[in-house]
Formats: sequence, C-alpha cells, structure tokens
Amino acid sequence: MSINRRQISRRSILAGAAALGLTSTLAACGGSDDDSGDSDSGPVKLTYWAWAPNMEKVAAIWNKKNPDITVTVSKQASGGEIVSKLITAKKAGNAPDLIQVEYQSLPTLVSNDVLADITKYAGDTKSNFAEGLWGMVTLGTDALYAIPQDAGPLMFYYREDLFKKHGLTVPKTWTEFAETARAAKKAVPDAYLTTFSANDPGLFAGLSQQAGAKWWTVDSAGKWTVGIDDAGTKQVAEFWGGLVQEGVIDNQPMYTPAWNNALNKGTHLAWVSAVWAPGVLVSSAPDTKGKWRMAPLPQWKSGENVTGSWGGSSTGVSTDSKHAEAAAKFATWLNTDPEALAALVKEVAIYPAATKGQSGSVLTTPEFFSNQSDFYTTAGEIAATTATAAWGPNVNTAYTTFQDAFGKATKAKKESQFDSALATMQSKTFADMKKQGFEVTEA
Amino acid sequence: MTSAPLKGSDLIEAGPLADGTGTAQSVRPSRPRRRGRSAPYWFLVPTLTLFAAFTVVPIGYAIWLSLHRVQVKGIGLGKGARSQVWNGIGNYTDVLNDSEFGHSVLRAFGYGLIVIPTMLGLALLFALMLDTPKARSAPFARLMIFLPYAVPGIIAALMWGFLYLPDVSPFYYLLNKFGLPQPDLFDGGNLYLSFANIAVWGGTGFNMIVIYTALRAIPPDIYEAARIDGASNLNIALKIKIPIVMPSLVLTFFFSVIATLQVFTEPMTLKPLTNGLPSSWSPLMAIYDKAFLQSDIYGASATAVVLALATFVLSFTLLRISDRYTREDRA
Repeated sequence: MSINRRQISRRSILAGAAALGLTSTLAACGGSDDDSGDSDSGPVKLTYWAWAPNMEKVAAIWNKKNPDITVTVSKQASGGEIVSKLITAKKAGNAPDLIQVEYQSLPTLVSNDVLADITKYAGDTKSNFAEGLWGMVTLGTDALYAIPQDAGPLMFYYREDLFKKHGLTVPKTWTEFAETARAAKKAVPDAYLTTFSANDPGLFAGLSQQAGAKWWTVDSAGKWTVGIDDAGTKQVAEFWGGLVQEGVIDNQPMYTPAWNNALNKGTHLAWVSAVWAPGVLVSSAPDTKGKWRMAPLPQWKSGENVTGSWGGSSTGVSTDSKHAEAAAKFATWLNTDPEALAALVKEVAIYPAATKGQSGSVLTTPEFFSNQSDFYTTAGEIAATTATAAWGPNVNTAYTTFQDAFGKATKAKKESQFDSALATMQSKTFADMKKQGFEVTEA
Repeated sequence: MTSAPLKGSDLIEAGPLADGTGTAQSVRPSRPRRRGRSAPYWFLVPTLTLFAAFTVVPIGYAIWLSLHRVQVKGIGLGKGARSQVWNGIGNYTDVLNDSEFGHSVLRAFGYGLIVIPTMLGLALLFALMLDTPKARSAPFARLMIFLPYAVPGIIAALMWGFLYLPDVSPFYYLLNKFGLPQPDLFDGGNLYLSFANIAVWGGTGFNMIVIYTALRAIPPDIYEAARIDGASNLNIALKIKIPIVMPSLVLTFFFSVIATLQVFTEPMTLKPLTNGLPSSWSPLMAIYDKAFLQSDIYGASATAVVLALATFVLSFTLLRISDRYTREDRA
C-alpha cells in the first residue's frame, strides 16, 4: 500500500512537471532552427512562406526561367498563426526570405520589424495596382513593405432560381436588403436570406470599410488613432444587429457543416462574400451549381458605388533575408508578370491584385457560375470601387475581441448588445495598444 | 558509551600494526569505492542533460519571459520600434487581475466537476462488472469500452461536434421526426455537458483498464475466504475490491484533475462551430490565444507559470488529503 502511494505521489509530481514543461515549451518554441546555409557561390536560394495552395507550382515556373535564383515554397498556416510564427522566427534571426502576408497583418509585421522596406527595388511597380491597394502595402508612408498579390472585393451572391421563385428583388441598397430579408422570411419561414457570423471579423471589417470606417489611422505627428466604434462601423453593427433581433437574418457562424448544409439545401438564399466565393461554394454547396448569381454589394446611399474587402494578401520580403534584392525581384515577378498572374489564377485560384490581371483572357468565368458569363467583367468593375482599408498594429486583438463579444451578441439576438460589443472591441484594442506603449488616442 | 572508545582504540592500534601489507589492503578497497562513487553520476548524465535541455531550460526561459514585456516607441513601425524591457511581476498581476482567465479556470473546474465523478464512477463500475466471475465475453466488452480512448481527441471532438449540430445530426433528425424538444447543445450549461460527454466517452476506457488491472492483481484466495464467510458478490465488491484498488482510484483521479485543467482539444475544435465559445474558454485556450493569436509571449508565459503552479498546489493538496484519508483508513 505505502509503496503504491509513494508511486502515485511521484507520478503526480512527474505529471505536474510535464505540465509545466509543456506549457513552457509552448512559450519558448521556435527558438533554434539552423540558419539557412547560404554560400556565396552557386544560385541564390530563397525560402517563401505561403499558405495558398499550389504556390509551389507557380514558383516552379520562376525556378525554370531563373536558374540563378531558386525559390522554395514552405507551406504555412494562415491568419494569426503565421504572424506569431514570423515574429518568433524574426526573434531567432531566421525568418524566411519571402512571406505571404494578409493586408491586415502588414502593420503588425512592420511593427515587429519582420518586413523590409523594398522601395529601392520596386521601380515603377506601383503603376500595376489600383490606388486603394497600393495604400495598404505602403501603410500610407514613403516605404513599401510588400507587393499586392490578390484582392477580395465584397459582392452580393444570391440564388437566382429561388429569388425568381419567391419574387424577391436583388437589393441595391441596404434598406432594400433588409426588405428582401423580411420578404424571404415571409416566403420561406424556415429559411434566411443569410447569416451574421461572429466568427468572421474579416467580413465585418470589409462591410465597415464600405460604410467609410477607418479603424486605425496615423497622423503626421506619429500618433495612432483607434476608431473602431466610429459612425460607419456603428451603422453596420446596428443594421445587422437589428435584422438578427428581428429574426430575419440567421445568427449561426459561417464555415460550419450546418452552414454548408444551409447553402446546399437553399435555406440560405444569399451570401455577402468576396470575389473568391465561387471556390467556397463549389465545396460547400456542390448541388447548387449554376443557380447562383453575383451582383454588386448593396449601398448605404442609392447611387453610390463603394465596396469593402474581405481577405487578400501580398508578398513581402523579410528583414532577415540576405538577398533582399533577389527576393523583391521574385515578388514583383510573381504579382505583375502576365505568365505568373495566369499561373496564380489557374493554380492558386486567386483574384489578382494587379490591374492587368483583373481583365483579359487570364480569368475565365468560374464553372460554378456558368450562367453568368460576364462574372469577371462585373467583378473588375466592382473591384475598382474598393475602399482603402486602414489597418493597425494589433488587428489580432481586435479580431479576437470581435469573435468573443459579437459571439455573445449574436447568440443573444439583441441589437443593443451589438452596440456594446463594438464598444468592447474599441476599448480592448485601444487598451492593448496603450499597454504596449504606442502613441495612441481614441477617436 | 563505553564500547565506542574501545572500538576506536582498537582501530588506532590496528593501524600501525598493519604497516606494509596493511596499506596495500586498505588502498585496494578504497579505489573501487571512489570509482564507484562517481559511477552513478555518469549514469545520470544522459538523463540530467535531457532534463536540463528540455525541462529546466525551457521553464527557466518561460519564467524569464514572464518577467519582461515589450515596449513600443511612438508610432511603433520599423526597426528599433520595439524593445524588450523588464516588467517585474507586472505580467503576473495582470494574469491575476484578468477576469477572463479567472473565468476560464472556473469553467475548467465546472467541467471537471461533471467529468471526473462521472468518468471515474463509470470506469470503476465497468471494471467491477468485468471482474465478476459471471461476466460473459469479458475480453470483447473490455476492448469495446477501451476503444474510444484510441480515437484521437481531435477526431472525437469533430465527430461529436457533427452529432451536436442540429442541421447535420441524425439525433436531431429523429427528435424532429417524433416532435420532441431539440435542445441547443452549444448553449450555456449544455456546453459543459457536451464537452463532458466527449471526455467521458474518450476517457472512461483508459481509467477502466487501470482499475481493472489492479483488480486482477488481487489474489483470489481473499474472495474465497470472503465467500466462506458468506459475502455476496456486491459485498465483495464494496468491502474488498474497492478498498484494495483505492490507490489506483487515487491515481486515475490525479490524472483526471490534471487533464481537466488542461482541457484544450475539445473546446478548440468545436469553437468554430458556434458563437457560444469564447477564445479563452479554458485556461490552456487562454494561453494559446495570448501566445499564438495575440503574439504576447510574455503574458502567455506568465499565465502558463501561474497555471503550472496552480496545478502543483492542487495536486499536492489533494495528495495530502488522500494520504490522510488512507492513513485513517488503515488505523
């Protein structure tokens, strides 16, 4: 008996030690990788961290044409995780040469000195992109931190067949959108026009950009202003909160089996999404091929023509790269060369950020939208109206707070809670920046 | 008292007497003794090296990180905008004042209050049932009860997640068919039951095996004696088997408490399926969120150290209590 007990106590100590070891390795991981063994002779070797699928196929085209600069793609996770990983890698001094960066992560990475200023290697690359996109990669400064790769302008997707069947009109303004939502609920009681997902801060950010929101801004004196609960964003939050409370818009998160099922069965009649939506619908709602149609996003004022963006990424060069010039050369080629753009569209299935990639023969109508032959012509027109997003150095905090606070609000189905959720998002984001030491004020 | 000096004087006398041959004799045994003294340390070197490299150093680094923070200057863009500065116990006071982390710990306790009694109760019940002489096809039943433990946690969480979601769950389909009420399994208190169900489903088999193995080690003559004294199977289970396997129950209890504080996979996997799960639902999720989504390794380290210390304190307290309990039992 006593021997047994002694064993137990020793085991519990070991388990405790293991617990401590585990948590501390979590905090300390990513410390020591071997340095990339660069030799002065032979071809320049570049590593490229990207999460988009099939990126290595596009890099292969480059490698074939440029034997002196070899690019190796290393597949990574997206979102907040690659950002943390990059910051850790930078601390260890072994960040990769090239990085795929979402627009909203650029300020965070620049703030952590992960991204190099590549202005001197860029030449006249600027002419390839729309003004709004270029603003996102310069952060409004004279520096250039990345080359835009893909864009995600917001659009309105709807089930053409069901809209016709129930006599619903395609909304041109958000007021009409609310009416359509009510009419849809009346026509099909167990269906919704769409859902408000508290798991997708990116969509909420895009909708707010359309309403003129500027969540983070920098003034000339070098001071940040956090304005997440500004008039535009408030309008968006209250609008969706009101519809959820009314019960005409669903409150379930997107990208779940239940959501896929709703799209496939037709109990969601529409989806506010970005230009990449066809790729999602193919796998989420395979039975609805050819039944969808895309239209411009509803507007706040009739006659206006603005959209926001959801997603999109760029290619940056890290400050650890010993071959910044070669890396910048690849980044420019990847995102502006016609052959590369064609490969990006075909293999990686992105919507190119470069203006010349958005028109012409590169983009062929998605098979899923075979009924809408002018899909990319319309998309190009919408993309040209994209509002510039204003991102800051702690988007992660704002996004996590959005998920937690709006998660509660959508669950409760209370418009007033949408308002307070927005206030929570503002105060937490501001407090976090203040705590880190940024010069910051509230709008 | 009197014998000690006598022995001593004996030795002193023997010393000079031994002389030439004596030195050879006394040196020979002492050399191997010296070598023997250092040998255990050499055997320990590999373990100690690994222990230092993978446990002591990471813990030390985590503690060091937990005492620092990042300081941003001005606009915070570009080189030199961030520096790591000493923060003293700042991160720790933040953790202790952080109501979200406090809530996550409370949630873990609430979850544990459901999981641990249910899981260990079922494990004990199954083990006792399998151990009765009349149990039929025991090996098969044992395998079936143990099988869910072999399913990786993420797969189990995903599978149950699908079963919990009204739109894809066959259970909801049936409930709907028969017009029965359809509870929201991701709401409020139901959430605890939903997670607890996954943990009980996956963990009962393992604990059952631990208890069952202890039961098999009991010599059968004890039962024979008990039967001669007129004890029924139930009496044997309650008065003989359970007291004898008590150490195994304590062991499984400790494992379960630690696993409860570290609950991570189930809530993390089910989080995208629902609005009801905050990003810091459990303590480990709060740490993960800080470290990998907020990129605040300093705060995350402090939280990790606090959680580890709390686990230690809890383990030792429980050990004390169980020690006292079994000692009283013996007396």
